[in-house]
Amino acid sequence: MSLVVRLRSVVCLLGRFPALAGADLDVGAGEIVLVTGPNGAGKTTLLRLLAGLLAPHSGTAEVMGCDLAVDRVAARRAIALVGHETYCYDDLTARENVKFFARAAGRRDADIDAVMDTVALSESAHLVHRGLSAGQRRRLALAVALVREPQLLLLDEPHAGLDAMGREVLAGVVRRAPSEGRTVVMVSHEVDIARPLATREVRVDGGLIETVVPRVAS
Amino acid sequence: MTGERTEVSIWREAALVAGKDLRIEARARVALGQILPFGLIVILLFAFALDPDRGVLTRVAPGLFWIAVLLATLLAVGRAFAIETHHGARDGLRMTGLDGGAIFLGKATAIAVQLAALEVVLGVGVIVLYGVDVNGIGVVVLTAVAATVGLAATGTLYGVLAAGLRLRETLLPLLLLPVIAPVMLGATRAFEDGLGGVPGDAWPWLGILTVFAVIYTTIGVMAFGALWEEAA
Repeated sequence: MSLVVRLRSVVCLLGRFPALAGADLDVGAGEIVLVTGPNGAGKTTLLRLLAGLLAPHSGTAEVMGCDLAVDRVAARRAIALVGHETYCYDDLTARENVKFFARAAGRRDADIDAVMDTVALSESAHLVHRGLSAGQRRRLALAVALVREPQLLLLDEPHAGLDAMGREVLAGVVRRAPSEGRTVVMVSHEVDIARPLATREVRVDGGLIETVVPRVAS
Repeated sequence: MTGERTEVSIWREAALVAGKDLRIEARARVALGQILPFGLIVILLFAFALDPDRGVLTRVAPGLFWIAVLLATLLAVGRAFAIETHHGARDGLRMTGLDGGAIFLGKATAIAVQLAALEVVLGVGVIVLYGVDVNGIGVVVLTAVAATVGLAATGTLYGVLAAGLRLRETLLPLLLLPVIAPVMLGATRAFEDGLGGVPGDAWPWLGILTVFAVIYTTIGVMAFGALWEEAA
């Protein structure tokens, strides 16, 4: 199994605080990795590092074969992050937001309609971002990530703010990921919902990835 | 999904960013509702203030026009980066993997388009309210194009420098105003020649404006990506 993520003794500083303090992690292609841990443990920092939004202070961090200390901009083309924010523009409609990110990734308009259907947002596609409910915004964030067809999908608390239908949509996206050639790293406090989706679980605490619990997806 | 991916050139990426920024501005109506009225008010206030002396008004018209454009530039640049501060949009734009030079060109183009629209309205206002003659329309148009490109390029470059700072609203004018002094000087002198003077005398100033625009556009294309990353 080829490695999509390879971290060795990675230190990532937020100011002077080591949010990651020597983290090691391997993630193989097609894995669905659940990341758990207490607040402030470094989970979001781990995802932002993997997304190429933060540079490692020391250690080796490779994603999709790209060294994040050297060329994290190139790595981003194959990665999508669904974070706490939607990364969308208030004055654009849901469809326009998805279209912008699709075009930036070189995708066609047909992909936009397909992904809007996937996240069950087609009927709200004409609404501007500021007019969407919290749950619709979360699904829009997922659509923006999916339309880029990332090889590595990073999900930071993806269940937060989602209703039952939204959670079903998300579960479908995560379950289909390996068959679509996609690797998923998911941070969640809602372990009862997230754990059945994962093939592996790691725990982050104090900036270290300290335990690895092998799992088989149910 | 089709799964097909087409390569995107820097020009298409720039057009994508410019289109996005202009669509947001068209919908938010900040340029139409705030920047344009602001420029017109500046022109009107000076018209009232200097009304007793029509000769003075005609002579200072080029300078007043470009001061109004300059102040509008500060608002437009601030706005261009403010739209990236909500809902993590700046991180979203970074994650697209778009070329930094393309983002620079796109943002600068969107600012230039807004300024050009403003200049048309202000130009009509100056001609009507100040009663100035236009001796060389070609010189005036070329000056406006070169100065607008220079202002947009410089504004975008310094806008991203200020974007990562806590006091960006107040620091942007402090950083930008000294740098664009040559544009103000050149554009004002070239407008003087193109409006009431001898249009042929404007060419040296037009040359300076063009060189300024080319230099700052080149620097912006090369440096914006790194500055954009640092600002995050």
